[in-house]
Amino acid sequence: MTPIQRWGATAGILVLAIAATFVLDPYRNYLLAMTAAYVCATSGLSLLVGRTGQLSLGHAAFMAAGAYAFALTSNALAEADAPGPVHLLVPFLAAVVVASVVGLIVGVAGARLHGPYLAGLTLALVIALPAIASTFGGLFGGDAGLYVSVERRPDWLSTVIATEQWQAWVGLIVAAIVFGALAQLVRSPSAIRMQAVRDDESAARLSGIDPVRVRVGMFGISAAAAGLGGGVLAYVTQAVSPGAYSLTFSLFLLVAVVIGGVGTLAGAVWGAIVIVLVPEITTAITEALPLPAELSQRLDGNLAIVVFGVILVVVMLAAPQGIHGAVAALTGRLRRRRPRTAPPAPTT
Amino acid sequence: MSTVLLLLGAGLARGAVFALFALALVLIWRATRIANFAQGAMSVAAAYLAYLVLVGTGSFALAIVTVLVVGAAIGFGMERGLMRFVPSRSPLNSIIVAIGAVMVLTGLLGILFGADYKPVSVPFSREPIMIGELAIVSPYTLFVFVVVAVVVAGIALLFTRTSLGLAMRASAFDDEVARLNGVRVSRMRTLGWMLSAAVGGLAVLLAVPTELGLSPHSGDLLFVNAFTVAIIGGLDSPVGAVIAGLLIGVLLTVVTTLWGATVGPIAILVLLVVVLLVRPQGIFSLRKARLA
Amino acid sequence: MTQPHARATTVSAIALAVAGALVLSSCSTPQAEAQPGLTDDSIKIGTHQPLTGPAAASYAPISAATAAYFDYVNAEGGINGRTIDYIVKDDGYNPANTQTVVRELVLEDEVFAILGGLGTPTHSSVLDFLNDNGVPDLFVSSGSSAWNQPEKYPGTFGFQADYVTEGMVLGQYISEEFDGKKVCLFGQDDEFGTDMQAGLEKVLGADGLAEVQTYSVSNQDVAAQIVALQSAGCEVNVLATITGFTALAIGTAAQLKYFPQWVSSSSGADYGPLSGYLGEAAPLLLEGFVSDNYLPSATEDDNKWIELFKQVNDEYNDGADFTGSVVYGMAMGYLFAEALLAAGEQPTREGLIAAVQSGELKGSGLVPLGFSEDNHSGYLGAGITVVHDGVQAAIDKRWVRDGDKVVVYDKPPVELLSGGIPS
Repeated sequence: MTPIQRWGATAGILVLAIAATFVLDPYRNYLLAMTAAYVCATSGLSLLVGRTGQLSLGHAAFMAAGAYAFALTSNALAEADAPGPVHLLVPFLAAVVVASVVGLIVGVAGARLHGPYLAGLTLALVIALPAIASTFGGLFGGDAGLYVSVERRPDWLSTVIATEQWQAWVGLIVAAIVFGALAQLVRSPSAIRMQAVRDDESAARLSGIDPVRVRVGMFGISAAAAGLGGGVLAYVTQAVSPGAYSLTFSLFLLVAVVIGGVGTLAGAVWGAIVIVLVPEITTAITEALPLPAELSQRLDGNLAIVVFGVILVVVMLAAPQGIHGAVAALTGRLRRRRPRTAPPAPTT
Repeated sequence: MSTVLLLLGAGLARGAVFALFALALVLIWRATRIANFAQGAMSVAAAYLAYLVLVGTGSFALAIVTVLVVGAAIGFGMERGLMRFVPSRSPLNSIIVAIGAVMVLTGLLGILFGADYKPVSVPFSREPIMIGELAIVSPYTLFVFVVVAVVVAGIALLFTRTSLGLAMRASAFDDEVARLNGVRVSRMRTLGWMLSAAVGGLAVLLAVPTELGLSPHSGDLLFVNAFTVAIIGGLDSPVGAVIAGLLIGVLLTVVTTLWGATVGPIAILVLLVVVLLVRPQGIFSLRKARLA
Repeated sequence: MTQPHARATTVSAIALAVAGALVLSSCSTPQAEAQPGLTDDSIKIGTHQPLTGPAAASYAPISAATAAYFDYVNAEGGINGRTIDYIVKDDGYNPANTQTVVRELVLEDEVFAILGGLGTPTHSSVLDFLNDNGVPDLFVSSGSSAWNQPEKYPGTFGFQADYVTEGMVLGQYISEEFDGKKVCLFGQDDEFGTDMQAGLEKVLGADGLAEVQTYSVSNQDVAAQIVALQSAGCEVNVLATITGFTALAIGTAAQLKYFPQWVSSSSGADYGPLSGYLGEAAPLLLEGFVSDNYLPSATEDDNKWIELFKQVNDEYNDGADFTGSVVYGMAMGYLFAEALLAAGEQPTREGLIAAVQSGELKGSGLVPLGFSEDNHSGYLGAGITVVHDGVQAAIDKRWVRDGDKVVVYDKPPVELLSGGIPS
């Protein structure tokens, strides 16, 4: 596929998704918007972990960086009475810039090393997030966070669609841009460089590829993608607080990536859907069971965490390619049923 | 002056706990080359069971024994039941599986015990001993020092003076050669995990009385701090873990006294970034870190 | 090996879209009802509460108590023949979760109204949503002044005496009882702390506080702040703290051999949980502990409201620990029942809001409620409680706020009538 075709395919999926928002009720459109935000983060993370072998345990922190940048910019623009499109678009720009910068800093510190160092560093980052929000409380609003004044659904649409549908549109469009850009990356020379570094670092270096640059670059890109996801979350929920970007949430993102199929973009989408749906399902289960109130409260929330942990372990041990891998295996098996063409000539 | 001594004492006590936890991390790293991201959750799980014993019998001594035994059991279970099945192709795999274990443990603890803080009381007074007008350390702080010193010394002796310790070091260093010499490598690995989890559990149990109480997330911050300590001291160096732990405990106390408690995690983060940029193998390690 | 991969991607994408649409639309779009959550014999209301997480210990018992009170009301026939169906959802004190659960309550469960949403940061994040959707947002469980914005949020009403008022009441008591002593504040690093400070300074003057220290909920080490208060020579420390941190402050100070006069906001002064945190030394450490309260104290055995609430607690709440949180939860339940009754036989959402605004609601507190068309704040003032020998009891001092000062309030507290069910 050429780049134009790839963008076309992404646009096609976007149109389908937007059409879907017309048949969904407001609550499900809200969930769709959240899923879109998660897709931004998981697609970057999936490539980061799968293609460059860098484990980011604190990816929510980059979403937070984007979200706070979005919030501050959007609030400032609201005060300055900025025109509609500016108020809608500029904060997203701020989100991606700030998140990239933070990502590059962290990447430079940790990406040069092998082993658990980067993982530990990102862990320290996400745990320090509440502290950062509180220390600069005047700016970031501490634990309570900030209220975000956003550019709402335009008035001329107010009779046609609900607020949640509009929010889903914004989220889907941003996610499509991120997804499309990363889809281009995956078929570009950069991807080949990443592959080279992954397969044999010394050989790659001999070929003139700088492994550090490749790693740090991917780290920055994944942070930028996550930042846009944070921007969508800030837009839809109209709030940003450290509690929304916790360690638990970071781990959920990792779960999403692994379950979906690490290293693939389709896997990132599967994973995002899973981490939105599973808590809904566990909540429905805990509400349906006739349990004493206190136990029911304890199950709520915690059950989802346990389920994810189990799925993570099972997938890693038994099906490391995740959902996407399973789908690929299925289609591979289907393909093999057709008569084979002549086998390729053997190479020397 | 009195305040300075008090804070110094508090800092060293906190550092001692960090050192203990970091030691647990270093133990597993040396034995298995795995950075155990599940350390926090495993230790907290052991601490919860010790808490039950404490509440049931009122004996802190019994609680300590419990945390060591239960910790060892959890370590055994994790290694035999889970970690040994992880394909070792990529170091990421074991970290991800460990994270899965963290989620399961934390979630289960939340379901079984609830998310509220369980205060842990100790039989030692937490009020400072007075010498004249000067308030020095509290009996509890002294107790923590003693325990940590005993454990550290014990582990040092184990590794350097016993054949078991030698076998463990050999298995980590070169398992092929160790096997050729008759060392049961897999057993050594399991032992490493058991020891590490027991020590980690003890660290959590010692740390909790100074806070609001035990909660399923008690291990998170402690893990990050101890991980930082282990990195700064050098993942290969038990001595480094101890020294770095004490130093960082004091540093953290100084920082929070000057600039408020909220700054703590930020200081740790900054310290970690600086060390990773400047001397990634740690201050006390003799090996060079494997650079990209 | 790119062919199967590309094909797999295409298949994935299509399967994704189909599966996604199917799953997400598996429940049909509900019809928008005129009065959601209302039937001839029941009314459905919801709330978001921190049932898990660090705030849970102090505040989780509140919703359990409210539920117990509603069970009592339902057992006695409900209000205007309707039973009250009270749905509690957990947000873990995380505004992000609050967004989700409140949307579930309004869009999925279709509740008639939201009652007692707990927490300032958590509830602030859903004000726009609730008011945009015309959902009555009654008696928010927080002392922020944000709930009193009738122009912007016509459906939102407060319940507690707000933090500024509390600061003023405590300030007044301090100026009378502890005249001449050095007064300081240890507060949460958000509106809770700053509003209390504003209230205190209104009464004690702009320089009335010698030292102000703050803490953040995410960090339990308060030694540095307590040391600072001690070094500044503070003799009276006002606490704008949640219960856990009240205990931390007092406990840490005790270890430093620092025993000032503690004066706490009602939000963190519940004796039961406090003594749980402080352990055996509690009665000693809390002797003389001052706090404000606009509801009767849990330990006042001879108060008729407390008597009733205790009975309800034993019968419908599994005899849970009877603390200030239980009194709070039941008082809120009672106030809602009053409002529902006043809304008439065929209540509407607008009617419910009008009923609250009418100012006819009496509540069960020590001071009056402030509801009117221009005022959506709850209790207008508070009384003072002091702990003696392990018992936290009210003393005979109450004030209500009048602009920038407080005036003495000496009318008798609301009497318990008709078995605690409005009729």
